[in-house]
Amino acid sequence: MDVLQALIVICNFVAVPALAYGSQLALGALGVTLVFGVLRFSNFAHGDTMAFGTMVAILATWWLQSLGIGIHPLPTALIALPFSIAVTAVLLLATDRFVYRFYRAQHSPPVIFVAASIGVMLLFHGLVRLIIGPWDQNFADGERFILSAREFKRATGLDEGLAIKTSQGITVLAAIAIVAWLYWFLNRTRTGKAMRAFSDNQELALLSGIKPERVVAICWIIAAGLATVAGVLYGLDKSFKPFTYFQLLLPIFAAAIVGGLGNPLGAIAGGYLVAFSEIAVTYAFKKVFRYLLPEFLEPSGLAQLLSTDYKLAVSFTILVITLLAKPTGLFGEARQ
Amino acid sequence: MTGGYGGGDIIFGCEIEAGDKEIVVIVGPNGAGKSTAMKALFGMVRLREGTVEFRDEDISALEPQDRVALGMAFVPQTRNVFASLTIEENLEMGAFLRPTGIKIAMEQVYGLFPALVEKRFQRANSLSGGQRQQLAIARALMTEPKLLMLDEPTAGTSPVVMQGIFCHIRNIASSGVSILMVEQNARKALEIADKGYVLVEGRNRFADTGPNLLANDEVRKSFLGG
Repeated sequence: MDVLQALIVICNFVAVPALAYGSQLALGALGVTLVFGVLRFSNFAHGDTMAFGTMVAILATWWLQSLGIGIHPLPTALIALPFSIAVTAVLLLATDRFVYRFYRAQHSPPVIFVAASIGVMLLFHGLVRLIIGPWDQNFADGERFILSAREFKRATGLDEGLAIKTSQGITVLAAIAIVAWLYWFLNRTRTGKAMRAFSDNQELALLSGIKPERVVAICWIIAAGLATVAGVLYGLDKSFKPFTYFQLLLPIFAAAIVGGLGNPLGAIAGGYLVAFSEIAVTYAFKKVFRYLLPEFLEPSGLAQLLSTDYKLAVSFTILVITLLAKPTGLFGEARQ
Repeated sequence: MTGGYGGGDIIFGCEIEAGDKEIVVIVGPNGAGKSTAMKALFGMVRLREGTVEFRDEDISALEPQDRVALGMAFVPQTRNVFASLTIEENLEMGAFLRPTGIKIAMEQVYGLFPALVEKRFQRANSLSGGQRQQLAIARALMTEPKLLMLDEPTAGTSPVVMQGIFCHIRNIASSGVSILMVEQNARKALEIADKGYVLVEGRNRFADTGPNLLANDEVRKSFLGG
């Protein structure tokens, strides 16, 4: 029995990766939930918006690298962020101008918007593949680890190592900073309050003189920022591949829905819930059990509930259970 | 005014006028077009014929938001507060178009509705029905309107609460705001009204001072229940 070793194995292979992945999902889910709150539809194009933003960041990173500009030990992509957010915001505002505004003027039901967003999703997806190609792109540079497994072992004298990647550290810090900023924006600024008011009661927001087109535009700009940051962080942590980002839509929606669509705090909690479930269910616990159990009880198999190939099934299960048991989500309130 | 929601007209040549600091009440049976007439005045119903004038200015073509900016305020019958926002945030949103003087306006409004002060940091959905109605009116007053329009402010409230709301409305009128309201509790409303309109099937049927309408036999028999 060696509880400490088991704990470190769990930290290294489950807790740390899930914390980073959860932060990425939380940022993605925040974007989905924000668009839902203000525009009242589920934006299926959000995953591919993340892909687009990340693509712009990668191109900008390559360009900066070719000029020899960098911020070692941090990844170059971080300085490319503001630019890629701006480009993505322009894309989303243009999409709104040429697609969604038309349906808003018609007072179309939400399902029409969802269908339109699927079209936009396919368009973005094609655009990204066309520009950067369908393959894997690795754009992480700078120092790879904040804490490497070897350093950890040397420092503690333990057999098991704990590694923390730079990308994971940045992800968690960025997520905390962005969530704090968003919370401040929505609760303390006039524009943020107007957005909440508009989301709560459109008719009354109009009667109060709140300009709907302005609220919608700000919503898209923030959604672009959230999508780009989430996409770049995910890409730094793993790698960038358009199809993977398309698939991210499912865990992101699961996170947004389990937390209650339209509820920012719910989206964050949902992000971590989905990430921890996904990683815990697909992790092989054999090593952990070897430290915790006497030898004769040691599992003969990998002690893995689900192969990683099926990780999307976890999000899907969470989604289905939420919709069956509590469709308004864990933190959702019934709308009046 | 003649107009409706697109599927045929609901009001026909309907005429309504509110003078300075007056309380004007529109009463009539269900489906008479009272609310529609009110919404038409506020630009929420398209007019096919007729005009709306506010302080000698033709505003028929203006959007509701622009009418708010001119000094009109409207309190809808239902969903008239931002339920997930706090009381204070509701008032702030009411004053969205004002660049300055929000604090002063807020103090004035709190002075009119003391019950709201102690709840200022609570969400509006925690309020009772009567307080909610007070908040709805308070939100509309934040722009310091010249004309306050109320769509059935006492709908679904108890007699005590109703009395309170009428009392508030009288106070608001005496502070220099004209009031135009549609009301189900016709008798009570006409008691505080300077002027009353009885609408039937989208047309003016009677128009007179409140006391005169209350004294009118035909109005009493047909619309006030004897």
